[in-house]
Amino acid sequence: MSKPLSNRSMYIRAFLGLYLRDLRVLSRELGPFILRVGMQPLLFLFVFTYVFPRMSGGNPMAAASGPSFGTVLLPGLMAVAIMFSAIAAVALPLSSEFGVTREIDDRVMSPLPVAGVAIEKICFGAMQSIIAALIVLPLAIYIPTTPVAARVDHWFFAVLVLILSSLVAGALGLAIGANVKPPQIGLVFSIVLVPITFLGCVYYPWSMLNRIPVLKWAVLLNPIVYMSEGLRTALTPDVPHMPWYVILLALLISLYLLGRLGLRGFVRRVIS
Amino acid sequence: MNPIVEIQELTKIYEGKQRVVALDGVDLAVKPGELFGLLGPNGAGKTTTISIATTRALPTMGSVCIAGVDAVAHPALARRSIGVVPQYNTLDRSLTVYENLFYHCAYFGMSRSESIRRTRELLRQFYLEERAKSYPNQLSGGLQQRVQIARAIAHKPAILFLDEPSAGLDPQSRLAMWEAIRNLRQEGITVLLTTHYMEEADALCERIAIIDRGRVLALGSPLKLKQTFGVFTFFQLTVREGEDLELLGKKIAALPGIESVEVSGFGVRAFAQSANGLLPAIVEAAQGFNLRDISVNEPSLESVFIKLTGRDLRE
Repeated sequence: MSKPLSNRSMYIRAFLGLYLRDLRVLSRELGPFILRVGMQPLLFLFVFTYVFPRMSGGNPMAAASGPSFGTVLLPGLMAVAIMFSAIAAVALPLSSEFGVTREIDDRVMSPLPVAGVAIEKICFGAMQSIIAALIVLPLAIYIPTTPVAARVDHWFFAVLVLILSSLVAGALGLAIGANVKPPQIGLVFSIVLVPITFLGCVYYPWSMLNRIPVLKWAVLLNPIVYMSEGLRTALTPDVPHMPWYVILLALLISLYLLGRLGLRGFVRRVIS
Repeated sequence: MNPIVEIQELTKIYEGKQRVVALDGVDLAVKPGELFGLLGPNGAGKTTTISIATTRALPTMGSVCIAGVDAVAHPALARRSIGVVPQYNTLDRSLTVYENLFYHCAYFGMSRSESIRRTRELLRQFYLEERAKSYPNQLSGGLQQRVQIARAIAHKPAILFLDEPSAGLDPQSRLAMWEAIRNLRQEGITVLLTTHYMEEADALCERIAIIDRGRVLALGSPLKLKQTFGVFTFFQLTVREGEDLELLGKKIAALPGIESVEVSGFGVRAFAQSANGLLPAIVEAAQGFNLRDISVNEPSLESVFIKLTGRDLRE
């Protein structure tokens, strides 16, 4: 180092270094990454919006809903992709880096506050989530046989929701990766992630839960609900959706709570 | 000259079901350019000391200053001056050897071109050029350790911490490791290493702190420690079980030239200024005690340690 750097520029450089490192690792597994992100929504769309409508009687799920099932699914599947790629990008690597190898120590020893290392994880996970959502978007528009009524009225809101949702997903990934013991990660997938996906207003808009009030209010604790409803508001505004300000507020609160939980767990794991 | 590492009254207590006092008021000062050793058995508090000094753990009490920076209050700032090779391998398994070094430089704020230059320099210095594209898991333990040292000094830290650098290495790799550490010295890097190998501390370190049960028992150069505490030579006698060790101890203590005697386990330890001519007399004194084995131990840090703690390093 030629000349001493101020604290802030040192932090920024360390943060960028960590980010570049993660980019390098991601670049090496780009193919698997795209397959991982694309396969599930591809098959889901293919079976439910391409194969089913061609069968006699059609898709019972689609028949029950007002708008075409493809239109409902577009934001929902993007929300799922956002969530799962952030988990795969943050929680899974963390659990191995915290595990026997303690690889995380090398990054924790960089000249950056420990929380900064954790925030980098959230940001990097969020970036992967955004890419994942953008991969799903064309699939969800072009695969369904029934027309998908997608349009963006408010670009600013759409971008904001996409970024916020991705950050929430990154924070969720950190909260899981930093607080769950590595052997239990698989269990968390089945007992936390799968339920919150199915109950996350992914396959149906929130307003359609009217007839089951208990469920309608209970799912409000689930951050995925706001991701799906937010993307619904942004991309398929004709489908009934929550008011935009509720969505933004709820996403911000989720980000704060999950981020706090994640950072606290991370610092506790790293500093004894 | 101001010390590079200044540790004062460092205390670490792990509260819990079982309260463990890992450090009980440790004071240390490492001078610039010095090769300093922390010697002690497993569980003595060496790793805890290093963890706190490298900002990886928080002390219950006491202070640590690294290159003039309070490491407890400003850990991120202090880390700029710290290089560390922990006991376990923390190489980034997702990156090649080259990238491990390159990104480490980037974390520490070097520009791209600076990082490339420094990485190439380190690969050359540590004879790693041929393995630049290998992943850590493809390397032997000795090579991995070398990469870890190269990475730890990549940002030219003021102080390098080595926690049990040769643990788990075969004898040949250990010698190569010592060589690498001596070379660091010539570059003027201050080194603080921990070890439970007497030979390692003796061969490498200019000053040693002997540490046990969270306390520093003695501090000085290996030679000074030997002169102060080592009674230069000790005879270790092992006799058959059930013999009267106390009586044997008294008989040997009465011999001219014996400084002191300790009874331990099923043997007797006799300390003397020098071994000259004592052996026959000791063997004679042990007549009738069913002597099974006797060994003569020349002055070593081992005898210093035994003298200080009453037990073996490996016990």
